[in-house]
Amino acid sequence: MMAWLEANPVWAAIIRVLLWVLPVLLMVPFMIWYERRLLSWMQDRIGPNRTGNITFSRTSRIIPFFLKGKKFHLQGIAQPIADGIKLFIKEDITPGSVDRFIYLAAPALALFPSFALGATIPWGPFKGLTPVADVNIGVLWILAVSSLGVYGVVLSGYASNNKYSLLGGLRSSAQLISYELGMSMALAAVCMATGSLKPTDIVESQTGPLWGVIPGLANWNLFTPYGFVAGVIFFICMVAETNRAPFDLPEAENELVAGYHTEYSSMRFAVFFMGEYAAMFVYSLIFSTVFLGGYHALPINWQTLGEIAPGVSWVTNALGHVDYWFAPVWLVGKAFFLVTVYVWLRATLPRLRYDQLMALGWKSLLPLATINTIVVALWMVVSRVASPLAGVVSGLLGFGILYLLYRALNGVGIDRTKFLTSREIDMVEVTRSVA
Amino acid sequence: MIPVTPELMILGAVASLAAAAAVGVVAFNNAVRSALCLVLNFFVLAFVYFTLNAEMLGIMQIIVYTGAIMVLFLFVIMLLNLGAPQLLRDKDDPKVFAGISLGVALFALLGSQLLPSFLKVTTPNAPKDFGAPANLGRALFTNYVIPFEAVSVLLLVGVVGSILLAKRKI
Repeated sequence: MMAWLEANPVWAAIIRVLLWVLPVLLMVPFMIWYERRLLSWMQDRIGPNRTGNITFSRTSRIIPFFLKGKKFHLQGIAQPIADGIKLFIKEDITPGSVDRFIYLAAPALALFPSFALGATIPWGPFKGLTPVADVNIGVLWILAVSSLGVYGVVLSGYASNNKYSLLGGLRSSAQLISYELGMSMALAAVCMATGSLKPTDIVESQTGPLWGVIPGLANWNLFTPYGFVAGVIFFICMVAETNRAPFDLPEAENELVAGYHTEYSSMRFAVFFMGEYAAMFVYSLIFSTVFLGGYHALPINWQTLGEIAPGVSWVTNALGHVDYWFAPVWLVGKAFFLVTVYVWLRATLPRLRYDQLMALGWKSLLPLATINTIVVALWMVVSRVASPLAGVVSGLLGFGILYLLYRALNGVGIDRTKFLTSREIDMVEVTRSVA
Repeated sequence: MIPVTPELMILGAVASLAAAAAVGVVAFNNAVRSALCLVLNFFVLAFVYFTLNAEMLGIMQIIVYTGAIMVLFLFVIMLLNLGAPQLLRDKDDPKVFAGISLGVALFALLGSQLLPSFLKVTTPNAPKDFGAPANLGRALFTNYVIPFEAVSVLLLVGVVGSILLAKRKI
C-alpha cells in the first residue's frame, strides 16, 4: 500500500485530497442537524425530529414479515437532506443591478478557504495518506488561507449592490482582520514551544511527558500554562473567524436583514451556509490538532506507561493499538466536542456590539497573546538552562508578574464605585437654591 | 529546444496565469475588477515561489499581500465607489501609446538581460530546504541581524507615524 503510494505520487495526491474533502463535505449535513437539535434542546423546544422516520406497511406483500408494521424513529436525521433538496429546486434569483461576475464568483470564494484550510492537518498517524501536504509551513498555511476567507464575504456584500449587504461585508472584513492577529499570535506561542511549524510535529511533540516532568502523561498544549492561554485566545478568534454567534455581526438579523448574503437565494445561499459549517468543523479539527493532542484519544502516552510499569505492558500495548488504529475517530470526536461548544456559545451569549467586538480583539486578545509569547520565550530559556519544572514555574510566575503590571497600568483593581458616588446629585441642595 | 520537465510545465501554467492577471489589472476599466486581478496575481505568484522551493516567501506573499494589503485596497475602492467606468476611459490619449511603448521597451531591456541565462534552466536550482522557515530564521538572526533590526525600527516608525496622523490629540 505505502510502496504503491510512493510509486504513484499523482494518484497518492488525489487520494489524499479526496480523503480530506469528502469526509468534511459529508460532515456538513450532519453538523447542521446536530446543531439544530442541540440548540432546540438547549432552548427547551423540540427541533426537527420527524423527517426520515420510516414506518413499514402492515399489509403490503413486498415488505418482509419481520419489518411489517415496524416504526423507525430516526430523530429527524434526514432533515438536512430535505433542506438541501429544497434549496436546490428553489428559484435562483439574481437581482437586476448586481455586479454579475463578482456576484456569481463570491460564493465559490467563500467556500474555497473552508476546505483548503485543513490541507496541512493530519487526521491520523498514517504517513502517505494524511495530511494532504506535510509542508514545513503548515501553520502559516492555515493563517494564510484563513485570511483569504474575507474575500467571499466582502465581495458578496459589494456585488449585491445592497446597503445591508455592503455593511455586512465591511463589518466582516474588519472583524476577520482584527481577529487574525490574535489568532496568529496564539499559534506563534505554540509554534515557539514546539520548535516547528509542521502540524505533524506539533502532534508529535504533544506525546512527550507533561511539562517535560511527568512521564506517561502526554504534554497536550492545552494543559500547559502558556498553551491554555493560547488555546482560549485561539478559540475566541476561531469563533470570530467563522462568523458564528456571539460574533455574527456580519449577518446580524435585527440590523442587517441577513448581512452579506441578503441577496442570495437557492443554491448560492446554500454554498455560503455550507462554507460556514465546513469552516466550523475544520477550525475545530485545527484546534484539536494544535491544542488537544491531535489524533490521540487520551493525554496518556501508552508506550512510556508500559515502560514504567512492565507488568501491565500488554494492557498498555493493546490500548496503544486502539489509540493508533482508531485515530480519525478520536480526532473527529474532539472536533465534535468543540462544535458542541460552538452551539453552546450560540445558545448562551448575546451578540456583541461592534465597539465591544473591536475592543475585545485589539485591547484584550492581542495584548494577552503578546504577553503569552513573552512567557513562552521565558519558559523556553529557563527550561533549557535550568530544569523543565523550573520552566513551568517561571512561566506561571511570568504570567503573575505581567498580570500585576497590567492591573497597575490599567487600574483593574481600582474600586469603580467611588466614581459613581461622586456623581450623586443632591436634590435638596438644588431645590433650596431655586427657592 | 528546451526539454519539457514537469516542473517547467507547472511553472508555465502558474506563471502564465499570473501574467494574464497582471494584464487584467491594467486592462479592466472597473476598479474593483482590477483590484481582484491584482489579488489573483499575488495569490498565483505565491505558487510560483512554491515551485522554486521558497515556501516561506510564498506563504508570506499570501498572508501579507493577498490576505491583508489587498483587503484594505478593496475596502477603500468599494467605499470610494468610483461609479461609471465610461467616464474613466480616455479616447485617443497619447499617454496610452507612450505608456505601451515604454512598457515594451522596459520588457525588452529586462528580457535581453535576463532571458539568456534563464533559457537553459529547466528545474529549480535551489536545494530542497532553501526557503524553509528554520533556515530563513537562522539567516535573519545571524548574518542579516542588523538589516533585520533596521527594518523593524522602520516599521515601528511607520506605526508611530500612522498613530500620530490618525490621532491629533494624544
